Amino acid sequence: MSEPGAAIRLEGVSKAFGTFRVLDDVTLRIPRGRATVVLGRSGTGKSVMLRHIVGLLQPDAGRVFVGEDEITALPPAGLAAVRQRIGFLFQNAALFDSITVAENVAFPLRRHTTLSDAEIRTRARDKLAAVGLARAAESMPASLSGGMRKRAGLARAMALDPAILLVDEPSAGLDPVTSGEIDDLLASTRQERGTTLIVVTHNIPSARRLADAMLFLHEGRVLARGSAADLEQSEHALVRRFMRSEAGG
Amino acid sequence: MRGFVRTVIVPWLAQGGRVVVFAGRALREMFRPPFEVRETARQVYEVGWRSLPLIAAAGYAVGIVMSMHTRASLERFGAEALIPAALALALVRETGPLVVGLLVSGRVGAGIGAELGAMKVTEQIDALEAVAVDSFKFLVVTRVAACMLAMPILTVVMNFTGIVGGWTAESAVSGMGFESYFRAAFSLVQFTDYLPGTLKTMVFGFIIAVTASYLGVHASGGTQGVGQAATRSVVTASVLMIATNVVLVRLIFFVFPETAE
Repeated sequence: MSEPGAAIRLEGVSKAFGTFRVLDDVTLRIPRGRATVVLGRSGTGKSVMLRHIVGLLQPDAGRVFVGEDEITALPPAGLAAVRQRIGFLFQNAALFDSITVAENVAFPLRRHTTLSDAEIRTRARDKLAAVGLARAAESMPASLSGGMRKRAGLARAMALDPAILLVDEPSAGLDPVTSGEIDDLLASTRQERGTTLIVVTHNIPSARRLADAMLFLHEGRVLARGSAADLEQSEHALVRRFMRSEAGG
Repeated sequence: MRGFVRTVIVPWLAQGGRVVVFAGRALREMFRPPFEVRETARQVYEVGWRSLPLIAAAGYAVGIVMSMHTRASLERFGAEALIPAALALALVRETGPLVVGLLVSGRVGAGIGAELGAMKVTEQIDALEAVAVDSFKFLVVTRVAACMLAMPILTVVMNFTGIVGGWTAESAVSGMGFESYFRAAFSLVQFTDYLPGTLKTMVFGFIIAVTASYLGVHASGGTQGVGQAATRSVVTASVLMIATNVVLVRLIFFVFPETAE
C-alpha cells in the first residue's frame, strides 16, 4: 500500500539498458498536489523515471505506485485506468502527425469521455488557448515550430484534467517569455486543480518558479532532495554547481 | 560452424519466433472487444480504396499481356476459341491473387512499415499508450483486419479488369464482342476455381500486415530505421507470401480436388 498523501512512490527501482544501469535502486515519494522538479545532467535517468511512472517501462527490480495502485503489477486494463489519471508531456511532444493539432488534443477526450463532439471541440480549443495556440488548432503538427509542438503536447497532456501531470523538459525550445507563460500555466493548474506535478528540466529559473520540492538524479540515484535552498547548500559540489548555473542561464 | 549457428541461426530463429507470437496476438486480439471499428474502417479506406486505381490499371495491363501470350500458345493447336476461358482460369486461380498480393505488399506493406516505424521513432506509439490506448489493437490489429478485408475485394477488381484487358487485346485481333468474350471466359470457370483463389488473399493480407507492422513497431535508429522497416516489409512480406502460396495451392488441391484437374 502507498503511504497516505503520496501521489507516486518508487521503491528500489532499478533499470538497465544492456550493461548501462540507468536507474539504480531509486526510492522516492512524490507528495500529492505538489510540484516536484527533477534535476540532473543529461542521461541520468530522469525521463526513464517518468516512463516508469506511466508504465511505459517496466523496472528490472522494484515497484512503482501511483496512488494506491502498484502499476508494476497491474493487468493492462488496470494500467489503462491509471493512465487516464496521468497526463504526460513527452520531451519531443510526440504529437500524432496524421491529425490536426486540435484533433491531437481532442484524442484523449474522444477515447475516454462521453462528451458530445461539440463539447470535445470546445474543450480542445480551450486547452489550446490556454497554451497560446488557439490559432494553430487546424494546423498539422509538421507545420509547427518545436516550441509550438511542445505547447500543443502540453495541451493534449492536460486534456483530461489529470490528477498527475508528468512534464519532460517543458522549456526546451521555448523563448524565455513563452517558457515563463508555460510555467505560470503549470503553477496555476496545480493551484486550481490540486494537480500533482513532476517536471523534468535543466532550466533552473523555471525549476525555481515551479518547485515545491526538488530531486537531483545522478548516475541513476537520487543524489540530493529538498527545497531550492537545500540543494544550493548541498554537500555535493555537482549539485551546488548545477544550481548556480542560473547565473549563466 | 558452432559460431555460425550461435550468431546467425539462433537469432534468426528467435526473430521468427517473435514474429509468430506477434501474429498470434494479432489474430487473437482481432476477436476480442473493444473493436476499433472507426480506425479499421479508416484503414480499409487506406488499404482498399486507395489501392483501387493501381490494382485496376495493373489488372488491365496483365489481362492484355496474358491474352497475347495465351493466343500465341493456343494458336499453335487451333484452339483460339479457348483463349477467354484459359485467361480467366489463370487469372482467378493464381495470377490475380498473386499479383494483387505483390502489389499490395509494395504499396501497403511499405506504407505500414514506414508509418509505424516513424511513429515508433518519434514516440507516437508511446504517446498512444500514455493516453491509455492499446497501441497494438489501435495500430496493428486494425491494419491486419483491414488488409484481410480489402484483399479479396481488390482481387475481384483485379480479375474483372484483367478479363476486360484480355477482351481488349482479343477484340483488337479477332473483333470479338465483350458479351461473347465474357460468356466464353466464364464457360469453364467454376465456383471452386474462384472461391479458394480469392479467399487465400486474406492470408496474403494477414502476412503483409503482420510483417510490416512487426518491422514498423520494432524500428529503431531514426530515419534510417524507418527506411529499413519499409524496405524489409516489402521484401519479407513478398517472400513469405510466395512461399505460403505454395502451401496454400497444395491445400486447395487437397480440399477441392476438382481444381487440380
